[in-house]
Amino acid sequence: MWILDRDLWSEIFATLGKNLFRTFLTMLGVIIAMIILVLLLGGANGMSNGFQKIFAGTASNSLFVWSQSTSEPYKGFERGRRIQFKLEDATILKEQIPEIEVLAPRIELGSHRGVVTVYRNGLTSGSAVYGDYPNVDEIMKKKLVEGRFLNENDMTESKKVCVIGEETYKLLFEKGENAIGEDVRINGVFFNIVGIYKPNQNINIDGENSVYIPFSTFQKAFGSGDRMGWMAISVQSDTKVPVVESQIKRLLKNKYDINPIDERAIGSFDMSEVFNNVSAFTGVLQGVSFFVGILTLLAGVIAISNILLITVKERTKEIGIRRALGATPKVVKRQIVLESIVITVFAGFVGFAIAIGFLAIANNMIGENSDMPFYNLMISIPQFLGSFILMVGLSVLIGLIPANRAIRIKPIDALREE
Amino acid sequence: MIQIKDLHKSYKMGKNSLHVLKGINFNVEEGELVAIMGSSGSGKSTLLNILGMLDSSDSGEYILDNVPIKDLNETKAARYRNKFLGFVFQSFNLINYKSAAENVALPLYYQKVPRKERQEKALKYLTQVGLKEWAGHLPSELSGGQKQRVAIARALAAEPKVLLADEPTGALDSKTSYEVMDLIQKINDAGNTILIVTHEPDIADMCKRIVHLKDGVIIEDKKIEQVRAEQYV
Repeated sequence: MWILDRDLWSEIFATLGKNLFRTFLTMLGVIIAMIILVLLLGGANGMSNGFQKIFAGTASNSLFVWSQSTSEPYKGFERGRRIQFKLEDATILKEQIPEIEVLAPRIELGSHRGVVTVYRNGLTSGSAVYGDYPNVDEIMKKKLVEGRFLNENDMTESKKVCVIGEETYKLLFEKGENAIGEDVRINGVFFNIVGIYKPNQNINIDGENSVYIPFSTFQKAFGSGDRMGWMAISVQSDTKVPVVESQIKRLLKNKYDINPIDERAIGSFDMSEVFNNVSAFTGVLQGVSFFVGILTLLAGVIAISNILLITVKERTKEIGIRRALGATPKVVKRQIVLESIVITVFAGFVGFAIAIGFLAIANNMIGENSDMPFYNLMISIPQFLGSFILMVGLSVLIGLIPANRAIRIKPIDALREE
Repeated sequence: MIQIKDLHKSYKMGKNSLHVLKGINFNVEEGELVAIMGSSGSGKSTLLNILGMLDSSDSGEYILDNVPIKDLNETKAARYRNKFLGFVFQSFNLINYKSAAENVALPLYYQKVPRKERQEKALKYLTQVGLKEWAGHLPSELSGGQKQRVAIARALAAEPKVLLADEPTGALDSKTSYEVMDLIQKINDAGNTILIVTHEPDIADMCKRIVHLKDGVIIEDKKIEQVRAEQYV
C-alpha cells in the first residue's frame, strides 16, 4: 500500500520541514478555524445541555389541566358556570386514554395560587397549600434539601405530614434550626414536616413558598370531599402531548356539559411546547455554529492551498528534476495533495486540542451548580468525526489545485528556469 | 541503440514559426560516446530534449533500444525516462535539501526499488564516482565538480540504456572539467552509451564521435581518435 510507504512520508515531511515557519503560518489559519468551530459547537452543545439540566426532573412530555368557568352557554346552562373537577375524573381519564402514563390529581387550599397562613411557634408564613399524590414527583421532580417527599404510605394512612418549600422554612424557622419532625399548623390542623425542597429557579410552577400534604390527608383535614383542583399528566414518550390534551378536553367537556367550542372552560398548559421551543432554539444555534465553523475552516484550508501554490511555484525546478528522473504526474500530484492533507489534519488536531482545553477551562469555571443555561460544553463524537471528515475532504479538494498546477509544469520548462 | 529518421521540430513564436530541427538522421550504437556540437541556436539542445523525451518532435521517427518512442503522454514519458535514460545537466540539478546519497537514490525511488537496496546502490555509485565519504553531505557542502559527479552517479543509479549530458562541464573550470570527462570516459569504457551536448572543442575531442549541428541540420558526423582526459588530471 502506497499510503504506508515510509519514503513517501519522509518526502512529505522533508518538504514541509524545509520551511517550518511558513508551514506553521499556513497551519495557523486552520488551527484558528478549528478552535472557532469547536468552541462554537461546544458552546451550543453546552447551552443545550444547560437547558436539559434546568429541565431535569420535569417530564418534557407532560401537561397540566385545570378547570375554569364556561364562556359559552350549552344545554340550558348559562355562561360563566364554574366547573369543578371530581377525583373520579382522574380514574376515568386514565381508563379511557391509555396514552396517559402518570396522572397526579392535586387540590389546593383556597383559590388558585391562593395563600393560607401557616403557623409555627408564633411565626407565620403565607403559603400555598397543596394536596398531592406522591406520583406528582414523577412529573415534576422536587429537589429535596432535607428529608423526603410524600410517599404511598402517607397516602394510604392519610398521615398528617407535609413537605415545605425553602422559603416557607426561612419564614417559620431560625437559620440552621432543624425542621424535620417539627409541626406546623394550617387551618387549625397540625402537620409534621418530613422534607424541605428547593424550588427550581427556572421552571416554577408551584411557587417558592408552598406546603405539600398527602391528597387523602387534605380531604380529611379540610373536608374537600371528592373535589379535585387540577391534574399534572405525563403522556407516553411516543405520543404527542397536544393529541392527548384534546382527547382529555373532549372527554371532560362531554362529562361536564361544556360547549365543545368553549375554549375557556378548561385550562391547560403543554409543557412539551416549551421543550420543543428550547430544543428548536438550541438546534438552530448548533446549525448556525456548524455553518460558521465550516466556513471558517474553508477559509483556513483555502489559505493552505494558496501557500501550497506558492510552494509549487518555488519548487518548479525541483519538480522538473523529479519529473526528468522519472516521477510520473500521479506521483507528483499525490505528494502535493498529501502535503495538503498532512498540514490540514495536523493543524486541525492542534486546533482541536486547544479548543478542547478552552472548553474544559470554561466547564471548570461554570461548575456544576450554576443557574446559567450552560453545562458540560463539549462536542460530540459524531460532530468531531463530521468536522474531521469534512476537513480532510476539503483539504483533498483544495490540495488538487496546487497539485494540478504542479503537474502542468513541463520538465523541460522547469529545467530551463535557471 | 538510438535510431533517428527525418526528425523535425519547430517552435511557434507568436505568428512566426521557428524551424529548429530540419530533418535529423543519425544512429547511435551501443557503447558509443558521442559529442553533439554546434553554436547556440543550432538545435543541439532541442535534439537532446527530444532524445530525453522532455520534448516531442513534430515529425520523424525515434527508436530507442528497439522501442519506438511516440504518442507519449506525461506518465509514459516519465516511465521511459526512468527506465531508459540518465540525465546530467549543466547546472547539476541536485535537490538541495537532500543529501548526496538521497539524490542518487531518487531515480531508484521512482523505480520502486526497496529502500535498503536503494541505499546500497546509491552508495555503490557514489563510490564509483569517488564520493563515498560525501554521501551524507548536502549539495551546498560540495564543490562544483563534486556536485556534477553526484549528478553522474544519480544518472547511473537507474542503470539507464543511454546517458544524456547537456553541457556537463559548462559550469566547471577546465581542470574540474577534465576530471568529470575522465569519469565519463571510464563509464563509457564500461560499455555505457553516452551522448554529450557541448560547444567546447576540447571536450568534444574527448568523445569517440562528433556530430556537428548547424541551423537545424547535421553538417558533419565523424568518428575521431579519442583524447584521454586522464593525462590532464
